[in-house]
Amino acid sequence: MGSPVPAGEGSPGASVATNTSPGLKAPTRRGTELVMLSFAAGLVTLALILVELNQERSLSLRILYLGLAYLGLFACAHLAVRRWAPYADPAILPCVALLNGLGLVVIHRIDLALEGTVFPDGSTWDPVAFKQVIWTGIGLLLFAATLKFLPDHRMLARFGYTFGLVGLVALLLPGVLPGFIAPTINGAKIWLRIGPLSLQPGEFAKILLMVFFAAFLVSKRDLFTVAGRRFLGMDLPRARDLGPLFAAWGVTVAVMVLQKDLGSSLLFFGIVLVLLYIATERAAWVVLGLGLFAGGAIIAWKLFTHVQQRVANWQDPIARYDVIGGGYQISQSLFGLATGGIGGAGLGAGRPEMIPEANTDFITAVIGEELGFVGFAALLLVYMVFALRGLRGAISVRDSFGKLLGGGLAFAVCFQVFIVVGGVTKLIPMTGITAPFLSYGGSSLLANYILVALLLRISAAARAPQRIAKPKPQQPAIADQHTVMVERPK
Amino acid sequence: MQLTRAGFLVLLWLFVLAALRVVRSDLYAASGLRASGLPGFRRSEKSARGSKAPRQLVVTHGALTGTRISLDGRPILIGRADDSTLVLDDDFASTRHARLSMRGTDWYVEDLGSTNGTYLDRAKVTAPLRVPLGTPIRIGKTVIELRS
Repeated sequence: MGSPVPAGEGSPGASVATNTSPGLKAPTRRGTELVMLSFAAGLVTLALILVELNQERSLSLRILYLGLAYLGLFACAHLAVRRWAPYADPAILPCVALLNGLGLVVIHRIDLALEGTVFPDGSTWDPVAFKQVIWTGIGLLLFAATLKFLPDHRMLARFGYTFGLVGLVALLLPGVLPGFIAPTINGAKIWLRIGPLSLQPGEFAKILLMVFFAAFLVSKRDLFTVAGRRFLGMDLPRARDLGPLFAAWGVTVAVMVLQKDLGSSLLFFGIVLVLLYIATERAAWVVLGLGLFAGGAIIAWKLFTHVQQRVANWQDPIARYDVIGGGYQISQSLFGLATGGIGGAGLGAGRPEMIPEANTDFITAVIGEELGFVGFAALLLVYMVFALRGLRGAISVRDSFGKLLGGGLAFAVCFQVFIVVGGVTKLIPMTGITAPFLSYGGSSLLANYILVALLLRISAAARAPQRIAKPKPQQPAIADQHTVMVERPK
Repeated sequence: MQLTRAGFLVLLWLFVLAALRVVRSDLYAASGLRASGLPGFRRSEKSARGSKAPRQLVVTHGALTGTRISLDGRPILIGRADDSTLVLDDDFASTRHARLSMRGTDWYVEDLGSTNGTYLDRAKVTAPLRVPLGTPIRIGKTVIELRS
């Protein structure tokens, strides 16, 4: 008990022998996935056509080629799934394809709106849609590579602590490196600049740390549920079991506050809390965690001016419209959403250039303006289906590590959407964070494609027909066996 | 323009509905329940028994919650030993804790001399007891039941 056995190995569920019918082949449902992918590609192409029409640009066959290229890209991803994870969930990839495609269209649309704008510092707008297309391609390559080189998600559990360390270092790096490698952009020091590339290592750290938390909780779970049971009335497990976890959490939050990236620290904290809850099934953890969070939030609010600013902007953005670093962004986003109303202004017919940071943090505001409440709700439902399928895979997979990791990954996407949409719609204070698959940003896209590959891997493990455990070769009854000389073990 | 705007929204919602349809048709596939819906499959061998015969064992509490094992007539060993059918990772379970076996049309549970005992709906199992459908069997921190 509690020995450092890799959690995946000999996990309880793995040896459950069942008989699924040998004659009946379990459906892989890859055909459904292909149909849904084509549907998504059609929608994205249509969206592009609408944008071009509304911007009164000439339609050409080029758009059709773009749509086909997009379909081709995802067809390759589909083939990768077909080959390396044939039993994966059929609904996940189409949802991702639609979100990513609509993101590309909206980014392109914002490029059109900002074309020819001259900024106060004399620079002009640099179109980014094409870069994002390249990032999508690289993301899908990473996606296929993850599926190919990770035939079983339980392999990850073996490297739990290594991943934790690497994730921590990746998180810390931009905070401690000098300014020319790790510049401060928009007040947050979360970037690494290598040549022409900027990377946000925190996005990858998110996945690495999730693997670590899941592996850690699986290997230590009995230890602290038992301890909890022995000391009734005291919900805390022994400090030495949870020490590493709280240390990891503390470091994460400290790093985030130092790097002034509130959104990510909220995201990390939520993930830790949910993993803890899934692992122990105890509401006490959530209550304890929320208490901790409330305390931390109040302290952060007292100590840091940028937190105070965010809270004030959230309480009344319009009153602080003209203040520098005030409510301008949120006000503009609210104006945009109000203009969109129920039915939206129509793709390409809104005024996204009025919203600052329209293609990253506030991309959902642009979508809300152009597609309206109806379209925005549909988009949120697509996220919901994605998370639902992820959680479904986590529930039905037969090993604890897979359950924790799958649940954590699906929750992470959900929570990230909540944080960014909540911020844009003034439900919670705005914290800069990307909308998964929609926003412009290479690191976020790459990391999220790895996340999707992991979710597909877990769902494939859950849905694949279980192999019937081979009966051990029947030995003849002991009485019938010949007497043999057996060497005495030394 | 108004038409295209509405049309796109309709198509977007159609996508959502199609995705939900996939989810619905897929709801039972992963949990192994799908099989019971297919005529001629497994039903045929047990048709004489009607639909009341237990078909699966479901773990309802404990670390393995949600795990399902289809019943095929072979006995089911439960315990911490690696060769058990249901391998429990639980300090309160014994290496060979309990066995479920079929006699005639019914399933019986018997305790294999465990330290902490096996409970069939609050009664300690001392001799083989018949297990009705849906009655919880508690082994350590794990609770299982039979379902049709």
